[in-house]
Amino acid sequence: MAGRTVSAKSQRLILAGLALVAIVGAGLVAIPALEGTATYFYAPSDLAANPPEPGARIRLGGLVKDGSVVREDEGLTLAFTVTDGARETRVRYTGIVPDLFREGQGVVATGRIGPDGGFVADHLLAKHDETYMPPEVAKSLGRTGMMHQTGSLAE
Amino acid sequence: MEPSSPPATRWHDLANPHRFRRISVHILPWLTAAALGFLAVGLAMGLWLAPPDYLQGESVRIMYVHVPSAWLALGGYSGMALAALAARIWRHPLADLAVRGIAPVGAAFAAACLVTGSIWGRPTWGTWWVWDGRLTSMLVLFLLYLGVIALIHAFDDRMRGAKAAGILAILGVVNLPIIKYSVEWWNTLHQPASIRVSGSSIHPEMLQPLLLSATGFALLFASIVLMRMRALIAEQKRAARALRRAALAG
Repeated sequence: MAGRTVSAKSQRLILAGLALVAIVGAGLVAIPALEGTATYFYAPSDLAANPPEPGARIRLGGLVKDGSVVREDEGLTLAFTVTDGARETRVRYTGIVPDLFREGQGVVATGRIGPDGGFVADHLLAKHDETYMPPEVAKSLGRTGMMHQTGSLAE
Repeated sequence: MEPSSPPATRWHDLANPHRFRRISVHILPWLTAAALGFLAVGLAMGLWLAPPDYLQGESVRIMYVHVPSAWLALGGYSGMALAALAARIWRHPLADLAVRGIAPVGAAFAAACLVTGSIWGRPTWGTWWVWDGRLTSMLVLFLLYLGVIALIHAFDDRMRGAKAAGILAILGVVNLPIIKYSVEWWNTLHQPASIRVSGSSIHPEMLQPLLLSATGFALLFASIVLMRMRALIAEQKRAARALRRAALAG
């Protein structure tokens, strides 16, 4: 470079390199800023750390605690505990339950925190983890569709 | 036989569109046949022979189309962005053609990923769509592809269109790590990756058809892109010939 003029090709190469650095830099700045808004749901620990405004509609996500599911009103209303391993929240939900709703599997409930501190949900989505296996293998591992101990949400 | 050229120009020879046409015509039938072979075996195994999932049952079979579509939408975008970068820096004659060749194919795979994902989401999650990090960033990828296609055709001057589209393709690369890590950075409805460097959480009986099907889709992607690039070269030749003829007649 010293003393000589930079060729058009290496000039373009340098420009492209600078542009790439700028893009990566912009991404590194933008992604942490999205932290609070890009999240689809809050875990029970998030709610404990940053309690939502009373009556605010939020999404609560976590694992359905084993043995916590109770059906009320002849099965129309479901009560269960959502846990993230550290904290738990009791949820009541009335409505259609997704097929994949299982104890030990993930769930995302939309609703509000009620006066008693429990979560009242009007919308329920099932979340599954990244494990795929045939039923026989699951059976031999003691992981049936109904009793399932581990999940990715607890991490 | 051709006169032997010095090694320095060898690589550049490949960039010659006419040589590319001559070589690709021999590769194309093999590539397409291999694609169809892998797809036939992979999809037959995935859609019929592979076991159902312990939790999801038969609906897990959508994976054998959804996951390869997602991989190729991402891989295709990386290839398109690299070609756009090569076109901007080295003025490589085939690089712009590669951008134009890949864009609609990548868009089709991104659309296939979104549609099959939606169909899969309904029975498993209980919803067709949510605005979580993974689904939203994947939709952004599809829109980036559409933007690149639109810019290619937005100018009367083909070179200006290629430049604008190339710059958008390169800028859009920032979305690729966002798609990849969205499921780790943010709470999403979409589950984290099953296949990692440390291993796979997909049972081998299901992983094998998935990899075969993905290989088939990848070869299909490559052969469609090659066909499109050949067609684009032919189109350019025809346009140039028409111009020459018009100049002679005028």
